[in-house]
Amino acid sequence: MIEIIDLHKSFDSQKVLNGVNLKIADKEVITIMGKSGCGKSVLIKHIIGLLMPDRGSVLIDGVDITRLDLKELDKMREKLGVLFQGGALFDSLTVYGNVAFPLSEKTKLSKSGIQDRVIQALEDVGLKGMEKKYPAELSGGMKKRVALARALITEPSIVLFDEPTTGLDPIITSSIHVLIKTTHEKYGYTGVVISHEVPEIFEITDRVAMLHNGVIVEVGIPEEIQNSSNPAVRQFITGSHEGPIEV
Amino acid sequence: MERLLKIIGSWTLSRLRTMGHMFLFLANSLYFIFVPPFKFNLLLRQIRFFGNKSMLVILLTGSFTGMVLALQLFYILRKFGSEALLGPGIALSLTRELGPVLSALMVTGRAGSALTAEIGMMRISEQIDALTAMALNPIRYLIVPNIVAAIIVFPLLTAIFDVIGIYGGYMVGVKILGISSGTYFSLMEDYVDMEDIMVGLYKSLSFGLIVSWVCCYKGFYTGYGAEGVSKSTTEAVVMSSILILVWDYFLGSILL
Repeated sequence: MIEIIDLHKSFDSQKVLNGVNLKIADKEVITIMGKSGCGKSVLIKHIIGLLMPDRGSVLIDGVDITRLDLKELDKMREKLGVLFQGGALFDSLTVYGNVAFPLSEKTKLSKSGIQDRVIQALEDVGLKGMEKKYPAELSGGMKKRVALARALITEPSIVLFDEPTTGLDPIITSSIHVLIKTTHEKYGYTGVVISHEVPEIFEITDRVAMLHNGVIVEVGIPEEIQNSSNPAVRQFITGSHEGPIEV
Repeated sequence: MERLLKIIGSWTLSRLRTMGHMFLFLANSLYFIFVPPFKFNLLLRQIRFFGNKSMLVILLTGSFTGMVLALQLFYILRKFGSEALLGPGIALSLTRELGPVLSALMVTGRAGSALTAEIGMMRISEQIDALTAMALNPIRYLIVPNIVAAIIVFPLLTAIFDVIGIYGGYMVGVKILGISSGTYFSLMEDYVDMEDIMVGLYKSLSFGLIVSWVCCYKGFYTGYGAEGVSKSTTEAVVMSSILILVWDYFLGSILL
């Protein structure tokens, strides 16, 4: 379970998070939506421990990660898989090298054991046979799928998706959504998805949270969010340029 | 006046903060050099990176430095009737001073800038964040292999620079200006001591540390986007070059 309590973060004089509170249950998939630059990625970076808050806590399985030392934090990070916005694949490694990387560095699995897992992970994301390609030779959608395979290779209990479909066409976007759904069913992880893809994202998520002005203004199942009377939520869902969200 | 003092104070504090940050980065990197697990494959790759990127430029600048030294020294020495000292003059200039300094400046321009750009690109494309998120220390994976590789490679490239420079001097001094080959090399044996070679070695070792430290730091903490990486790369080359020359003076004063 992930619990975010009264999280505050500023960069110089700019307040980004202004008291975020959110509980994420085990094995649920929650989507955090909000306008670009509202602090969604900053929030996810607090869950990974890449950023430390000015005030507040992030509890993962009851442990406040903002109070851990580097060694304890690394131990906690082993529970996480992260799909970064641009994929964050290592340019110098092949697809195989990228997906195998967490296993070869963090486990004592044999070469053949790693190979079996990597082949399976690539098959799961529909990229079997692409092992020898380099990231530069892949399309945007393929990069995201390789990144997803890498995020899932260690079978983490929590997977964070930072805008997994940004910059992709609707067909590839839909295929990534299907992949999130199928891999969630297969691995049973807790998923936190940052996405703007409304209403498509509602089909794969258990709950949706809306981040606005540095706080979570509404949380609920997709139907509740779609019928919400909150002006910010309504404006975001309808894509209107008039409302409390400043363009 | 008060406003001016505020600006100066704020600038000084900002510089001190950056310096402190840089020294902490260095201390952290040096610590992980001695803490296992050691990444030998990454070290070999970075040795190849520095060597491969810089070899041609070292060969070219080394040979022409030796050649121009021969021309200028011959002109000066002839005034005193001491042309025979051309060989030792070239060898001493190269081993003690020009070899380490010029090769360090060349490697900074060639491999150091590429290093900053590469690490900077890794930062802005979130590859460094990805390493951290995998519970893998980016200092150990990215910085330590580069620092150790530079400390190994800089003296080797300096040695190549010196040898090529001496040969370049030989080509001009002996083949063009007519000094005898025996004089060129035998007096070199008499005048160049092991101590002179060690001065060059100490310098190149410390330049390797300075260049890799500055270039890695600037890449690791690069700004946003392509502009940020471009700015960091320029800053890394300028700062490394200045530090090389400043440190050369201080080390030269101590080792003289």
